[in-house]
Formats: sequence, C-alpha cells, structure tokens
Amino acid sequence: MISTRQILQKCLRVQSATRSWTSSRCISTSDKDPSAAAAQAEVHEAEDFDDYGSAPIQQKPERPPFVKELFLGRFDKERLIFPEVLEKERHETLHEMVEPIERFFEEQVDSEKIDREAKIPQETLDGLKELGLYGMQIPQKYGGLEMGATEFARLSEITALDGSIAVTLAAHQSIGLKGILIAGNEEQKQKYLPRLATGEWTAAFALTEPSSGSDAASIQTKATLADDGKTWLLNGGKIWISNGGYANMMTVFAKTDITDHLGGVKEKVTAFIVERDFGGVSAGKPEDKLGIRGSNTCQVFFDNTPVPMENVLGEVGGGFKVAMQILNSGRFSMGSSSAALWEKAIGMREAFHLVARRTGICLLIAVLLKCHFEYIKINEIYILRHIIFRVSETLRNGYRMNGSFFGEVKILKIRVDRGNLDQWGIYCNTFFGTLRELKSYGYKRVLENSGILVVFFGNNEPDIAFTLFIMVYRLQYAGIELSQMVKKLRNPLMNPGFIIGKGMENFRQKRDNPKLDLNLGEQLHPALGSSAEALEYCIKRFQYGVESVLGRHAKKVVDPANQLEIARLADCAIDLFGMTAVLGRASRSKSIGIRNSEHEIHLAMTFTQQASMRIKKRVSDLENGPFVCGDKALNQIADELFEHGGYVAEHPLTRTYW
Amino acid sequence: MKAIVGVKRVIDYAVKIRVRPDKLGVVTDGVKHSMNPFDEIAIEEAVRLKEKKIVKEIIAVSCGPKQAQETIRTALAMGADRGIHVEMTAADMDKLQPLHVSKILANLVAKEKADIVILGKQAIDDDTNATAQMTSALLDWPQATFASKVEKEGDTLKVLREVDGGMETIIVKLPAVVSADLRLNEPRYATLPNIMKAKKKKIAKMKPGDCGVELKTHFDVVDVSDPPVREAGIKVDDVDTLIAKLKEAGKI
Repeated sequence: MISTRQILQKCLRVQSATRSWTSSRCISTSDKDPSAAAAQAEVHEAEDFDDYGSAPIQQKPERPPFVKELFLGRFDKERLIFPEVLEKERHETLHEMVEPIERFFEEQVDSEKIDREAKIPQETLDGLKELGLYGMQIPQKYGGLEMGATEFARLSEITALDGSIAVTLAAHQSIGLKGILIAGNEEQKQKYLPRLATGEWTAAFALTEPSSGSDAASIQTKATLADDGKTWLLNGGKIWISNGGYANMMTVFAKTDITDHLGGVKEKVTAFIVERDFGGVSAGKPEDKLGIRGSNTCQVFFDNTPVPMENVLGEVGGGFKVAMQILNSGRFSMGSSSAALWEKAIGMREAFHLVARRTGICLLIAVLLKCHFEYIKINEIYILRHIIFRVSETLRNGYRMNGSFFGEVKILKIRVDRGNLDQWGIYCNTFFGTLRELKSYGYKRVLENSGILVVFFGNNEPDIAFTLFIMVYRLQYAGIELSQMVKKLRNPLMNPGFIIGKGMENFRQKRDNPKLDLNLGEQLHPALGSSAEALEYCIKRFQYGVESVLGRHAKKVVDPANQLEIARLADCAIDLFGMTAVLGRASRSKSIGIRNSEHEIHLAMTFTQQASMRIKKRVSDLENGPFVCGDKALNQIADELFEHGGYVAEHPLTRTYW
Repeated sequence: MKAIVGVKRVIDYAVKIRVRPDKLGVVTDGVKHSMNPFDEIAIEEAVRLKEKKIVKEIIAVSCGPKQAQETIRTALAMGADRGIHVEMTAADMDKLQPLHVSKILANLVAKEKADIVILGKQAIDDDTNATAQMTSALLDWPQATFASKVEKEGDTLKVLREVDGGMETIIVKLPAVVSADLRLNEPRYATLPNIMKAKKKKIAKMKPGDCGVELKTHFDVVDVSDPPVREAGIKVDDVDTLIAKLKEAGKI
C-alpha cells in the first residue's frame, strides 16, 4: 500500500531531479567572484561527462545524485537498499574467475622477493598476461574480458595482494589504455586494443611533470604541428610514470595552441597516443622507491617525437577532460584494493596471537587494544567494501562516469586515503610493534605499499581541496533552492504556512531536536530501527548545518576563510554516505540470511552511533560559529605560521633576563 | 581417442577441517571447496594428450550436488570439451561410495564409447583409493594406477608407476583406466579467457538412475571424531630409566 505521502515524495523527487539539472546549468553564469568561477569551470568541465562505451550490461534507470540531494535534506531512500549488482550468470562467472587468480597469487607470487629485488620476474608477468589480467575491461571484440565495474573491483581485491603487481596492472589498464576505451575512435581501438589485451604491449599514463602534479592544467610538455600539417612534434618530460621504462604505448598529455573563434591563441591540453617506436622517446633510470618496489617508475622524455594526426585522443584541446575522465573511472578500484589489503592484514594470525598474549599482561590495555582493533579496522573495511560495490553499481558498464556521482567516488577516495594513512599507521604501530620492522613478516611491506593507494590517483591533500570545491558547488546548488526559500521568508504574509512550518523546524533545530519524519526505518530491517533514527537525525542536522552556513555567509561561502566550516560539512557528507551504505548492507545481509549477519548488524549500529556523534558535534560547532568552535583561533595560528615562515614559538630554554 | 576424466568436488586442501556437532561427518557448509588435486592432475594429463593429438575429445564427469557444476566448469576451463553432471542431493552425496561411482563411470564409458578413463588416484576427503581399480574391474579393462608418466606406444600405454618399493614401468593395452599420481604433471591455471570460453561448452545432466545405479549404502557411519591430541612426551636421562618406563607402561 503506497501512502499519499510516498506518492507526493516521489513526485517531489522527480520534480527536484528535473529542477536540479536546469538549476545546475544556471550556476555557472551567475555572478560570482572570478577565482571561484574558474574553479567552478574546472569542476564543470570535469563533471560534464558523456556516456561512453558499448554496454552489454543492462542499464537501470537514473537516480538523482545522492550526495547533492543530501545537501538539501533530501534523502533518497532507495539508496538504503543495497543493490544486487550482478545477475546470476555474471555472479557465477565472477566466482569462477576469483579462484584461479587467488591461487596464482598464493602460489606463484613471491611478494617478499619482488620487494627485495625491486623487480617482478618475467615468468610472473607472463603468467598474469596469460591469465587475462591485462585486458579485464577491454571489450571482448578486441580480445579483452569486457568486465563490468563490479567484477573489476572484485578482482582488484586479489591483485592488490602484491602492491607492485597491482600498480603495474593499474598503470596499464586503469589509466594507461583507458583513454582509448573512453575517448578513442574505432580505428584507434582496432589498432591498439588487441595487443594491449593480451599483454603483448604494455601501456602507461603520462600526465605528471616535475612542476605539475595535482594541477594538471599547468603541464608544460608541448606539441607543435610540424610543417607537413599532419604530424605533431612532442617535446617535454614526464615524471613518476609507472611502466614508463618499457611501455610500448603511452597516453601522453601535452599543451597545444588552439585558435579560438575570436582569433586569439590559447594553450590547451591535448591527449595523444604515443608509441615508443615513434622515436625520440627515452626513459630515465627506474626510481628506487619506499613501497611498490617491484613496479617500474621513471621519468620519460620526449625529444621531437613525431605523433601522427590520427593518434590524437579525443579532440585537440579536449585533453583535460579526457584526463579527468580517465582518472575518475579508475579511482574506485583503489577502494576495493585497500579493503582487501586491510582484510588480509587483520586476518594475519600473528595479530590475533599478539592480542591474546597481551591480554595476559594487562587487562586494561588488552581491552583497549581489542576495541581499537575491532572498531577501526573492521569498520573501515566493512564500509569501504560496500561503498565500492555501491559505486560500481552506478558505473554499470565500467567506465561511464555520470558527473553527479563524482561526489560518491570522491568520498570513497577520501575514506581510502584516511584509512590508509591514519589508521594503518596506528594499527601497525599499536599491534605489531617491533614486528613491523621485520621485513619477513610482511607488515612493513603492507605499510609501505599502502602509501601508494593514497597517491596513485591523485594525492590526498589537493583532493580535499578539490572536494571542497565540489562541496561549494553543491552548496551553491543548495543556495539556489534556499534563495527561493529566503524569498518566501521575506514575504511572510503570502506564505504563512511555509513560514510557520519553517519557524517550527528552526525552533526544534535550535534545541537539537529535529523532527524525524523521513521514516527510514521502513526501508531497513527492524533490528536497525534505532540506527535508522540516528541516520534521520543526522540528515536533518546536516541540512540545518548547510542552511546555517549559507545563511551566515551567503555568497561569501566560497571564501577561503570559511573553508574549515565547509570541511566540516564535507566530513558530515562523508559520514552520511558511509552510514547509508552500511545500514543498507547490514539490512540486506540480515534480510536475505547471509551467514554472520548478526556481526554485520553490530558493525552497522556501532558505526552509525559513532558517526552520528561526530555529525552532532560538527553541526553544533557550525551553529556556534567560528569563534566558539575554535576555527578563528586555528586560522590565526596558521596565518602566524605562514607569516613567520616556520615554527614560531621560541625554544623553551630561551631567557630574557638573568 | 575419447577420454573420460572423473573430477570430484572436495573441501579445499588448505582448509582446516572441523568435525560436525552430530559427529557423523565434517562441516561442509560455507567451507571452501575445490577440485580434488589429483583430479586436476588427471585433467591436465588429458589436456596434454589432446594437445599431442592422442586424445580427440575430453569429457569431464562429476557425481555430486548442484555445486559440482563449478568443478566441471573448472575442468572445462582447463581444456575439457564437455561435461556430464550426475546430479544428486547433498544427502545422497553422503551415501556415495567408490563402487557407485565406478558403476556410473562404467555405464558412461559404454554410452560414450570412450577409449581411456583417467582418474585421480584418490580423493582427499575419503582417501579410499578405490574408484580407478573398481572401474577397471567392472569394464574388464587393464589398469595403470599411481601413474607418474604416461606415453602412448602404438595401441598400448607405457606407464611409469610410483609404488611403495620404488618405480615400476608397465605396458597396458588400450582401452585402459589410468589413475594419476602427484608427479604426473603440474596442472595449469584456468585463465580468465578460457573461463569465458568454457561457458559455451555443454554440461549434460543425468541422475544416478540413468546410469543404472541405485545409491544404496552398504554400511553406516557410526562416529566421526578428531584424531587424538598428541600428548607430551617425557624426557629420560639414561637407557635404564627408559626401559623401566616402558615396562611400566606395559609396552615391553
């Protein structure tokens, strides 16, 4: 029985979906200050995706972007339903594929040796090629396995068991040849994909330069048109290129001169398919790295490398977009790789023995250790695991990235990054102590390798900045809606019902007691009832937080001074997404009777509880304003630090009197 | 030549076995299963014979519940041409004995007009080491068990066997039953492209009744328990004390 309210909600959702598309187009033309506009343009470019690739996989109808809507307090209840991502046959096939690969990694891959010798043996590489791991996402008609995002994520869990191999494979297919899949024309696909699928040729992705890491638009490698007008000459150097020492084909990004319609000349990025055989391509010596030592990373130089016109990938001048699409399409698999690594580490017997031993030493510490162990690691894995599969549901055919789901993937990345850096470091130190140093135990390697998971698809810090831009974008999206609301607020006599409703709502929010009317409990298993309420509370508080911030700053919300507030909102969104994912998954497990589902319920409830405490604190910080919650103080300290150019306080032994 | 290869789905060799609470068997629910390692070697040998053009078609046969299909699929991915799944319930699986399996195999050999049967020497769950021998008796074919090397010479097979006393080379006339031992070969990994190709290969379904076999048990399982925990030993200082202790324990 569908209630009237549900019907209304469905209508509103459809309405909001159509409105959101039109309003998002309006934002870029409104009057904001220029730096924000430039940032937005970047965001817009990145988000303006097309649909790529032939999809033999069934497409489900579009849902409105979850994270965006969250900013308006609109929660898409369908998201609580954990998606059954694979149909029976693909599910079975995936199952069959997992086994031989796991065995191969267990029997044929000696991670310790690879790390020690800083090299992956040729037999291992040949084995990987034979297994078919070089062409997982390439369509079958070009010789690949045409796997969807879910299958790829699952298999990435296994390849992650050795960091060097994981990176070599990822550099080859997740980014190296992905450009051809996404933006290549039929001739390019026919020419290159078959050899890349079998591993006869290896690919690499060449974007980063010494002076241009996170800021991809600032690269300096240049491509100039030769006199014959049919060949581009490539000149420049790239750094940190995985597989760069021997890759047969690289996706290279260079600046080209574009004449715009007004006759002015601008430099824009273009993507090229460059074969090593073209000439003028040379590589520096392999870098000696902390982690992933078996993978080949080096500088690559181009000296007047001739690149035929047919090898331009996508449009001339459209390279930045291609780069972003490539990076976005592959990022999520880092999540599943991380989760797999951590799961394996937790499973390491030694850890359990250590905890057991310490229990004998001191009960208090033991309890702390145990709790730490359980909550942090296991929660992270749990959440990560199915955020992946949720995200992969939206990436149905493997490399299509609808712009609105950008938020979800970014959140995924941030969880991975934080999980890897913060949690892993604590975990290793707390549990393994000196064992960590012994190479033979493998923990050291995991620790070292975990670093790469943070940096591979774009470093964390600028990531946060980028995410902030997204959030700001979202806020402005919310702002449009809210400005309508503000209009109504200013016109109380015409909108009495609205005013009263809003007034009541605000009154309750000020007392930290929002009305919980989303009825999320309906979508979940009854065992999670209290968690559903907690989630509702968080959603409402988050909405209130958004309104408060917008109300306080209005257009100035994009101001750098307010970033700490926006960061809080970003963290809330991350937690909300996590909560939704976790509750959906636990509910499903219990409902369909998966083994150990009770454990999952516990995990879900605990995470929800902790996340809602965090959100509560953050929103109350926002409510109290930057003075009370310490933001102004932090900003001031940071300013002093920068002004001074280093640590400011004097050494404690300094004296001013004798 | 047509080859029939038997494959059995067993608990994976790396898994720690636990006895069921009712003490009538081991825990199989939720436990990782895979193809019996000796059967993998058998399939690998059949595929190598096919690559040498000695065998023309390989049929992989498995008796078991629905999940046995996975095992057949692995065999197909390794290079078998088609599969036959003799399906039964999990309860019936508990009643399945080598005699039943060999009767089924003999029946299929006659139906398919196979020229060679290759089996693993024993399954790692029951370790009966009987199916190959029984099958050859039922078919009245020569048997070459514990094979660690197989070569075709005319219409015979020259087989190197690993026996308790050492190595023995025998010559058996075809058609024959061969059982694979550990060092016969090293099985290949089922590559992902082959797994995808294997999906197109057919698996025929049958019931034990179709092969003329009724799953009647000839005996009951009374009790299954863990082997006794190894007790600590005692250290003695000299031989006299040793003899005294042994006498005490009634051993001499």
